[in-house]
Amino acid sequence: MNAPTGSLRAGPDANGHFGEFGGRYVAETLMPLILELEQAYIAAKADPAFQAELDDLLKHYVGRPSPLYFAERLTEELGGAKIYLKRDELNHTGAHKINNCIGQILLARRMGKTRIIAETGAGQHGVATATVAARFGLPCTIFMGARDIERQAPNVFRMKLLGAEVKAVESGSRTLKDAMNEALRDWVTNVHDTFYIIGTAAGPHPYPELVRDFQTVIGKEARAQILEREGRLPDLLVASIGGGSNAIGLFHPFLDDKDVRIVGIEASGKGLTTHEHAASLAGGRAGVLHGNKTMLLQDEDGQITEAHSISAGLDYPGIGPEHAWLHAIGRVEYQSATDTEALEGFQLLCRTEGIIPALEPAHAIAAVARIAPTMAKDQIIIANLCGRGDKDIFTVAAALGVTM
Amino acid sequence: MSGDRLSTRFAACAAQGRAALVTFVTAGDPDLATSAEILAALPGAGADVIEIGMPFTDPMADGPAIQRGNLRSLAAGTTLRKVLAMVTDFRKADDATPIVLMGYFNPLLAFGPERFAAAAKAAGIDGCIVVDLPPEEAGELAPALAAHGLHLVRLATPTTDAHRLPTVLSGASGFLYYVAVAGVTGANSAAATDVAEAVARLKASTSLPIAVGFGVRTPEQAAAIATHADAVVVGSAIVDAIGAAAEERANDIPARVAAQVAALAQAVRTARTEKAA
Ligand SMILES: Cc1ncc(COP(=O)(O)O)c(C=O)c1O
Repeated sequence: MNAPTGSLRAGPDANGHFGEFGGRYVAETLMPLILELEQAYIAAKADPAFQAELDDLLKHYVGRPSPLYFAERLTEELGGAKIYLKRDELNHTGAHKINNCIGQILLARRMGKTRIIAETGAGQHGVATATVAARFGLPCTIFMGARDIERQAPNVFRMKLLGAEVKAVESGSRTLKDAMNEALRDWVTNVHDTFYIIGTAAGPHPYPELVRDFQTVIGKEARAQILEREGRLPDLLVASIGGGSNAIGLFHPFLDDKDVRIVGIEASGKGLTTHEHAASLAGGRAGVLHGNKTMLLQDEDGQITEAHSISAGLDYPGIGPEHAWLHAIGRVEYQSATDTEALEGFQLLCRTEGIIPALEPAHAIAAVARIAPTMAKDQIIIANLCGRGDKDIFTVAAALGVTM
Repeated sequence: MSGDRLSTRFAACAAQGRAALVTFVTAGDPDLATSAEILAALPGAGADVIEIGMPFTDPMADGPAIQRGNLRSLAAGTTLRKVLAMVTDFRKADDATPIVLMGYFNPLLAFGPERFAAAAKAAGIDGCIVVDLPPEEAGELAPALAAHGLHLVRLATPTTDAHRLPTVLSGASGFLYYVAVAGVTGANSAAATDVAEAVARLKASTSLPIAVGFGVRTPEQAAAIATHADAVVVGSAIVDAIGAAAEERANDIPARVAAQVAALAQAVRTARTEKAA
């Protein structure tokens, strides 16, 4: 693919494409809705009142800005570059997901929608959606794979406490991709009153764009914070990737800074040479699922294969289309971390910094542990600590052979 | 073209003063051998047009019945290549009944649009319905289908307003599929009066035959739609029956489907005369 000229932050094009990726591959019933959403989003972006309400909620309800924290002991332990953590795990509800949910529920209200639905994997997006639905008094239904319900019990209870209905999805692999299918089925059935809050930077246009925009608060803050702290831009950004929303949120404001190396971390589960991983860039091919063209884990007949990761939030056979494009043009480098490496990263951060990370950013920590020692001591890394690990302690205990 | 099977068939039904019956089954459900027998039995039972579902792991626009049909078929090892081979066999005995493939884009993309169009034409397929390929994204498939003389059937829905309709109709061919309810396949049925209104509205903008589907299960429902539309599509009810029979391990599945289709055909064929009488 030819490298694009001009800003790398200009996408998508008018039809929602990032290079060959993205687009709007949905049933005709949904097309008018998606076009309406696009218009509503364009109008909201141009409305200072919308931005003011969003900023106010991000500050007083979510608790932004999140700190950019110098991880001194982690840096010492790894003996290389200076490591800063973007502390989005300190947000209300414990992950970056709420940044996007606040933005989307404000859009839903502008559009006069009265019912909210969402899919969730780890349950973090489900909790964030249930939270904003409660905050604005809208009924909310969350679709969650039956298998994820088993491994994320605390979040299921949280969603219920917040007044959401949690629907167990028994079809297919009973994980995130099936929850997304079911949410799309609900949406197509209830188009008139329902707003679908998609939780990652994927799905039909305009979702990848608007989720990214709502998450770029992470990167905008980090950019200003590092300039203030260090007087210069970082050498490296690292973030974990499920659908890619926390990663694109951190990366996007830096895409045109050519000297900033950017690395996204996919989950390689039990290893890239096994079929049990969730690395759709490393192990997938271009295809169409859930409304967008992107890189997908699939067999040679175009049937979608099941992903695997110890982290329910990364256990998805696709990736947002903007990442597929950034991969194709080579601007962002994509690596991976296995279940075992993520568990090591998880424990490393607990031990050195007194921070229990979610298993998703534990993949980013694993990559930092690999890369930091190869860098000079005056170089700077920013890693996205996009979620806290309370939800994962049962999974980690089981993986470490501890009975609670 | 060796006669366009779709337009020939729709014209023949219209000449008889009746709607056409379109039946949907998932290819390879519950297995390829049984599926081939079902297919062979459909025209004799009264199916005027056959829609064949290409199975996909993630049928996002389908309800539970067709989801299960897709999974039964995939579990039995169905691939697109085998679906095309099944149609090739069917054509040895029947060169008149139009066959339309229905499914999702990814398996076609994986096969390769050009290679698919050539193989589908050679197998004797007449057109395609690709559920998750709206007109805006059709550029990757439509030219290949057109080059091989295959129809790309478009869908109109209850959400298709006057502003949207021209986009749906641009490049539509074969027939127009009206999805009668906003929802997934197998949903509740639409009120006959709403359908009549919608068909009249569509007829004002297109001369293509209009087939109405989604939520049509019984002969009574089929008859009610057949008084207004050019064709009636029945899918989930048949796929449900195949699923139930497969569960009982019945060995007469094709005969049972034929009986069900015969009852639907009888209702569709007499709908307008009954109404007039
Ligand atoms: C804490 C956390 N990080 C990351 C993810 C993965 O999503 P994304 O790649 O969109 O950031 C999830 C998803 O549930 C999550 O909960």
